[in-house]
Formats: sequence, structure tokens, C-alpha cells
Amino acid sequence: MAKTVEGRTRSQQLADRLSQLGDTIQGSQAWNSIFRPGSIFRKGYTDSPRNRSYVVMNSVLYHLHPVKVKRHAVKVSYTLCLGGLSFFLFILLTVTGIFLMFFYRPTAAQAWTDIAALETSVTFGLLVRNMHRWAAHLMVLSVFLHMARVFYHGAYKAPREFNWVVGVILLTLTLLLSFTGYLLPWDQLALWAVAVGTNMMGYTPVFGDQVRFVLLGGVEIGAETLIRWYVLHVLFLPFVLTIFLAVHFWRVRKDGGISGPL
Amino acid sequence: MTEVPEHLLRRAKERREALGSSGGDEGGEAAAPQGADEAASYAEAEKTGKIPAHLLERSRAARAKAGGGEAPASEGAATPAAGAVATAPPPPPTVAGPGGHTQRLLTVVKAGSIQDVKAKPVDKVHTWPHLLVVEFVAALAITAFLLIFSIFVDAPLLSLANANETPNPSKAPWYFMGLQELLTMFHPMVAGVTIPGMGIFALILAPYTDRNPSNKPEDRKFAISLFSVHLMFWAILTIIGSFFRGPGFNFVFPWIDGIFFHL
Repeated sequence: MAKTVEGRTRSQQLADRLSQLGDTIQGSQAWNSIFRPGSIFRKGYTDSPRNRSYVVMNSVLYHLHPVKVKRHAVKVSYTLCLGGLSFFLFILLTVTGIFLMFFYRPTAAQAWTDIAALETSVTFGLLVRNMHRWAAHLMVLSVFLHMARVFYHGAYKAPREFNWVVGVILLTLTLLLSFTGYLLPWDQLALWAVAVGTNMMGYTPVFGDQVRFVLLGGVEIGAETLIRWYVLHVLFLPFVLTIFLAVHFWRVRKDGGISGPL
Repeated sequence: MTEVPEHLLRRAKERREALGSSGGDEGGEAAAPQGADEAASYAEAEKTGKIPAHLLERSRAARAKAGGGEAPASEGAATPAAGAVATAPPPPPTVAGPGGHTQRLLTVVKAGSIQDVKAKPVDKVHTWPHLLVVEFVAALAITAFLLIFSIFVDAPLLSLANANETPNPSKAPWYFMGLQELLTMFHPMVAGVTIPGMGIFALILAPYTDRNPSNKPEDRKFAISLFSVHLMFWAILTIIGSFFRGPGFNFVFPWIDGIFFHL
């Protein structure tokens, strides 16, 4: 009997000390300097309209959004989350892509063996490569469906004309990103898929041969193509895409939030 | 002291003139001595730019009646109770602006310039939690789907690239299969450059060529049908190119000859 009472008090003491520690941390200057007012990590977050606004205003990620949105805009059936998912897939691709870069060298002699080694001897290597590839296909699909959704809602009409143009550019960039990544494993699939694609571009009128030469870094696909497409894939195109993404998101808000209701 | 704008002064003067002359016309013929008096005082006020004498008198009388305070010496009849409360403190001296005015019009502000009359109330909800929760769930769902799919389905890795050994068939990535399928029908320049180029160009120009302002599906049957036809056309080409093309890019049935397709 005495033992259980003692045990309970001891656990109670521990709980008290823990909650005290929590209060000290949450009340500290350092903690409050990191989490701005309205953060749910702050001490004493209560669900009030003021705090709901603070959550959005005081977060670098959330403040892509306005504090309030039209009621119909939060219906999943309106947007199907396609634009947001495209962006999320882009982030996922960046994260998995950075992981892959640690194990990959873009040379004709090493590219394929690096991928093979990644699949067999790197922890989670195969899983991350799978995720990168499937996410890439999914992103092409979701960007495409996002465009179709926007068209069917007539959301490209004034004042959103220019944002539609930015969106078409983003679609093109997405296709290019996927296509440049296609070559990097340097297997038969990569080589010949890219050969088919670039042969078509070679038929550009007047300066087709030059276009093909610039793209391939030579007359045929080779080691030069690999390093060229690698840089395009991991630096140049993501960089350009990010700039257009920023403009795209900014214009969504400047043009009055998402369109509708129908 | 700030000056009253000239155009306002001029307008006030004109108004005063109009009032003064009309008062004179009516009051004079009606043989009302008060009316004649008023007209005269208006005319005088116009000359000196001061408040008409009869108005000043009237206000003085009213003030005397109300407060019983300081009564002007000239108006003995108007202040019967003046003697009784002569000890009352004098009212503060009136501060008069230029021309004896006690009030000034600073500016006239029209309603439209200070309030947005177009603004209609919009039904809105807080982004947190209503939108962010939906986004969070969607992100989690797609991550879970990708993770599980990636556990069970491996990305293809064929043998090392060999420029001397062409696989049969050689296929482009699936999003270019529509173009490769077009290659079977058109010259490569048309299939590979002209058609996709014009497609992207048409997409970019869509908001500028579609002059219909409505976004309601029932109002835009033409635009929706046109887009849907192209979408279906493109999807069918992609599916045929991906699954119904075998060695030599000849037509095959996937359930008979197998699938010649890698993602």
C-alpha cells in the first residue's frame, strides 16, 4: 500500500517536473524568438480568429497563402489539390534528387555502375531511386491534369491570363526536367528514348542540326550529352522552374486568389 | 492663417448675390419693412464681406434670451431680464476668421474616393485550419502512395547503354509517345516540331483568343468541347504508342503479343 502511494507521488513529481521544464523552455526568450506569435509551438496557443491569422502570417511557408480564402476554394472537389500536389512533388523530387546526387557521377564510364551500386549496396538507395522516378512521372501527370482542371474552370480568363502563360511555361519546364533526367541512368532505355526524342528535335526547320548539336553537345549522344543533361537536370532547369513557380504563386494571390465559384 | 480657396470664395459670393437680389425683389414689393431691412443688410454684407447685420442681431438676441448674459446696449427691448442677471460672466470672445466668419469649409470629399463602393462581401474561411489541413492530408496521402508503390515496384534499369545495339522497338518517354505515334503519319518535321510547337503556342494564346468572359460550363460549350477533343486525341495517341506498338513500331495487341513499354 505504502509502496503504491509512494510510486504514485514519485510519478506525479516527475510529471510536475517535466511540465515545469516545458513551461521554462516555452517561456524562454530563445523559444519565443524562434516561434512567432500564433505558432502552435508557443505557450498558450488558443484557437481564436487572431491566432488563426497569426499562424498564416508568421510562418514563412504558410504565408504563401492569404490569411483567409474563399470558402469554395477549400473544397477538394474544386481544385482536386492538383496544383499543390505538383508543387509538393517538386519538393519531394528535390529531396530525393539531392540524396541520389551523393551516389552518382555523370560520366559514361561510371553513371550506370553508380546506379547499379546505389540499388544494391546503398541503404534505401533503391527505394529513394524508385520514389524519385515515380514521383517524376506523377508530377508530369499532375501538372498536366492541373492544366486541364484550370481550363475546364475557365480560370485562365481575365485577370489570370498571364498566370496561365506562366503555367504553360511551367508545364514545358516539367517535361524538360523529366526528359533530361531520363538519360542519366545511362542504360539502354535511357539512351534510346533520348535518341528518339532528340532526333525529332533535329527536324526543327532551318537550324535543326544546330539545335541538336547544342542539346547533345556533339553529333551523337555520348559522354558530353550526359554531363550537359546532368547540369540541366540538377541545376539549370530547377533554378528556372523555381523562379517561374515564385511568379506563378505570387500571381495567384495578386489576381485575387483562385478562380470561381462556377 | 489658411486662406479659403479662391473658387469657393467666388462661389459663395455669387450665391450671396443671388440670395440678396431675390430677397430685394420680393421683399421690396411686399412692403415688409423687415424684408427691406434684410435686403439692405445683405447688400451691406456683400460689400464688407461680413455677416449681414440682421443675422448678427438675431443671434445676439437669441443668445441673450437663452443665457440672459451680456446684453448689447443697443438692444434694450430684447433683454427684459438683463438687469436681474447682470453679474453673469461674459461669454468667451468669438474668434472670427477673415471677413468675420466663424466657420470655414475645409474641403468637400465625395463618397467614392474614401470608400470602395464596389466591394461585395465574400464568404471566406481561415486558411488555418480549413485549407492547411486539406493540404497536409493531401501531401501525406501522396507521400504514402509513393512510398508504398516504390516498395513494390522498382524503377527500370536495363543493361548498360550501347550505341551499337538498337532495341526494337525504341520508344520515347510516355509523355512524348503521342509525338512518336504522329511520326507514323507525318513527316518528322511536322510530327516532331510543327504540331507540338503549334500546340504550345495555341495553349499560350488560349486566354487571349477565348473572348467569352463567362466561366460557367454551360456558357462555354465550344471551348470545352474543343479542349476535350484535343485531350482525348492526345491521350489515345499516347496509349496507342505506348501499348499497341511492338517491334518495328508495328501495331500489336498487348494481350496477345505482350507489352513493349517501360516507364
